[in-house]
Amino acid sequence: MSTSTDASAGRRAWVGRLLPLGLVVLLACLPLLDLNLPGVLPGPTYTPGTLHLLALAMVMAALALSYHLLLGVAGLLSFGHALYFGFGAYLLGIVMTELELALVPSVVVVLLAGAVFSTLLGAISLRVTGIPFAMVTLAFAQAGSVLVRRDPGRVTGGEEGMRLPTEHVPDALVGVADTRNLYWLALAALVLAFGLTTWVQRSRAGHVAEAVRENELRVRVLGMRPFLVKLAIFVAASVIAIGMGMVHLLLNSGAVPHIVSAEFTISLLLMVVIGGVGSRWGAVGGAVLYVLLNQRLTVLAQAEWVHDLPAVLRIPLSEPMFILGTLFVLVVMFLPGGLAGTVTRLRGRRRSGGGPEEGAARLEEMDDDEQDQTVGAARP
Amino acid sequence: MTSTQPRGDVAVDGAPAGDPVLRVRGLSAHVAGQQVVEHVDLDVAPVGVTALLGRNGVGKTSTIKAVLGLIGRSGTVELDGADLVHLPTHQIVQRGVGYVPEDREVFSGLTVTDNLRLAERRGSRHRYDLVYDLFPELQERGAQAAGTLSGGQQQMVSLARALLNDNQVLLVDEPTKGLAPRLVQEVSRVLARAAQVAPILLVEQNLQVVRDLAQHAVVLTDGRSVHHGPAADFLADDALTQRLLGVHAEGGGEPTDGGSGHTGEERA
Amino acid sequence: MSTVVLLLFTGVGLGAIYFLVASGLSLIYGLMHVLNFAHGVFLSLGAFLGFEVASRLGASTWTGFAASLLVGALAGAVFAALTERVLVQRLYERHIEQVLVTVGLGLGAVALFDGIWGTDPRFISGPAWMSRTTHILGANVPNDRFVAILVATLVLVGMVLFLQRTRYGMIIRAGVENRAMVTALGIDVRTAFTLVFTIGGIAAGLGGVLASHYFGYVSPLLGQTLLIFAFIVTVIGGLGSLTGAAVASLLVALLQQFANYYLWGTGDLAVVVLLAVVLLTRPSGLMGRRA
Repeated sequence: MSTSTDASAGRRAWVGRLLPLGLVVLLACLPLLDLNLPGVLPGPTYTPGTLHLLALAMVMAALALSYHLLLGVAGLLSFGHALYFGFGAYLLGIVMTELELALVPSVVVVLLAGAVFSTLLGAISLRVTGIPFAMVTLAFAQAGSVLVRRDPGRVTGGEEGMRLPTEHVPDALVGVADTRNLYWLALAALVLAFGLTTWVQRSRAGHVAEAVRENELRVRVLGMRPFLVKLAIFVAASVIAIGMGMVHLLLNSGAVPHIVSAEFTISLLLMVVIGGVGSRWGAVGGAVLYVLLNQRLTVLAQAEWVHDLPAVLRIPLSEPMFILGTLFVLVVMFLPGGLAGTVTRLRGRRRSGGGPEEGAARLEEMDDDEQDQTVGAARP
Repeated sequence: MTSTQPRGDVAVDGAPAGDPVLRVRGLSAHVAGQQVVEHVDLDVAPVGVTALLGRNGVGKTSTIKAVLGLIGRSGTVELDGADLVHLPTHQIVQRGVGYVPEDREVFSGLTVTDNLRLAERRGSRHRYDLVYDLFPELQERGAQAAGTLSGGQQQMVSLARALLNDNQVLLVDEPTKGLAPRLVQEVSRVLARAAQVAPILLVEQNLQVVRDLAQHAVVLTDGRSVHHGPAADFLADDALTQRLLGVHAEGGGEPTDGGSGHTGEERA
Repeated sequence: MSTVVLLLFTGVGLGAIYFLVASGLSLIYGLMHVLNFAHGVFLSLGAFLGFEVASRLGASTWTGFAASLLVGALAGAVFAALTERVLVQRLYERHIEQVLVTVGLGLGAVALFDGIWGTDPRFISGPAWMSRTTHILGANVPNDRFVAILVATLVLVGMVLFLQRTRYGMIIRAGVENRAMVTALGIDVRTAFTLVFTIGGIAAGLGGVLASHYFGYVSPLLGQTLLIFAFIVTVIGGLGSLTGAAVASLLVALLQQFANYYLWGTGDLAVVVLLAVVLLTRPSGLMGRRA
């Protein structure tokens, strides 16, 4: 009995290690294959349109992973993560144009500037925690959004958006014919982001953050500074987002103000929560699902048969964000733990590790500072 | 004689005849995912004062909060034979449970009068005569914001809020904490009078107060009830009080901290 | 001088609208610890339905304007009460999830408004008097500012009277201070939850109608745009404090107007800088209870 359990556990460990590797290899080969997934993908996998969509999904998955560091690991509900994504995209373009630098040195400049920028804003935002933190990050991102739209100094292109200065970018990363290369770049970025996220989560800071989320008081008693740990995670998440912003700039040959907006951060929140808070695979899955669903729903909104429906049905069906928003509300209310939590729950109560309700529990842990309200516990 | 676990309908040692008004069995409770009460059995006798004793941090306050549903809990909590454990706090209180929390918890932004008016429960008499008879000062200071009162006066407001209504049982958590000796006697006198109206479950560190008021004692250690019996017998047993409370009861002093970790009630 | 007077009135008028949004947000947060991302929806819905009613009864008549205020307030109240009962209350005490639900509702509702009323702004007009100006100390102040200020003042007075004079007001004040103790006195605090949402909805609905006159248009994003400033106002004022919301509304709006005029259109940035300064010096806000 026990040997068979050991064998199956060993097999699971192998599968756990091989599955991601196989997935990456498969994804890397997609541009060379002629696969069709009708209803999910707009065309065969080698076509530029499909590759672009998949690349976008991977960039968003990487961005969702960085958001997972904030929400799932450090327990920080940020409404301003888009600011860093937009920072990466816009600043890369600006640095290349204004300083006339090539792509690689520009990337280094942006990453360094981004580390300083996020440390500064993080240090201010983390003066407060919980819901006030959410509001403050929202306000900073809003300021960034206003700045981008106002376009001081004519560098961001205002509402029109900014064009990628292609003259400073290697030819291999420019143009529709080279979507493949951009696809591989996005895949590499996702793998890197996954690795970085895992590394941060397993680092000392990640462990302390976990402990802080569960019981800040105890960590303080042990003499550690929750502030510094949260700041470290905040900066790590921001820098990853900045990196993804740069990939996004290349992928879309430009940047639009939407990527700095509060709605953009909220879409990240949707991805991570639908996927399952606290799970890396959940964040990736949630992002991919979101991007594909958004694309399919946009197609649906333009479908002939939808236009012929009575207004009561036509209006909701032709608004992808209405459907996604509703889906999100349903997940929050009826699927605690999101997709990842549901998978764990379905996969078996036989396994005790992990715990099916982990996502929901994580959200509750974040409430700890609120629980000071219970009678007798709080004020001195 | 010691460490009697009440089970089923077996009367607790030293409890007078009659069913307990509040019967707690196998109570456990948690705060923010941490277990703060492991397994508590206790009976509150239908008359008089039952003391809930133990070192700091063993879960006395958490037990009271768990009875009220202020923290997540499981087990059996019966008031007059009816199970309360699935009810929300306000319904438990409406069934006749008065609560005087540790640290008084008056609404500091509201006036004294408003604090009392807020406590008026529907379907109950409101005994302003009793309350103002016990605490004439509250009538004089009715228009004052409760937050500007002294600690002793705030304790009066807190006691008055509970005594205003008809109660089946009063849960009183460390009413003399931080008060001057004169005020401790005052509170003790008020509780003696209150106990004539409704039975009391009293958490109290001052053993002199316990000696004066309590007929029965329940002692907790590490979130578990480990002793039930007549209060006088318990306090007379020097070895037992030393072991369970860390004090010589004859000294009448404050128990020393047992150092059993954070159990919610020492978060400050 | 005349510019200063104009900026002053315009700023106070904008502050009045901020207050109508922020007061509800602040009360809801103070009592329930819920950051209500759907609050902007209450505002937009009030503005749209007010606009529909006014255009049917005659947008240029006072009857039409009064009806739009009434309908706006009613729409905000009903939608807010439903939000609390159907969504927020089901997630009792799970604050983060409550926030997430309001986020989803905000997102979905804005999209739905897009579908119904279109994404382009609808330009609106009111009674002729409101689009005229009054000459004060050399400045020509648009009259709709006075209406906004008047309504917001009435709402403030109404809220203060309600909070000070009624039993439910007392429950809300006590609940903001220490909600658990309110339940421990035998009070079902959930009724108060629905009530603060409804009150917030009324104020936001009124704010929607007034904002549409102030800005001259109504669009699905009107509410969410104002919401962000209302968040800033509530943080600066101190979460849960009605006085704080009133003071901070004026402060933020005036700063915004003056910075826009004198500091090359940097009003929005000046507000965020003010927020940063307040956070660095007084993290709990100007009137926040907890230091």
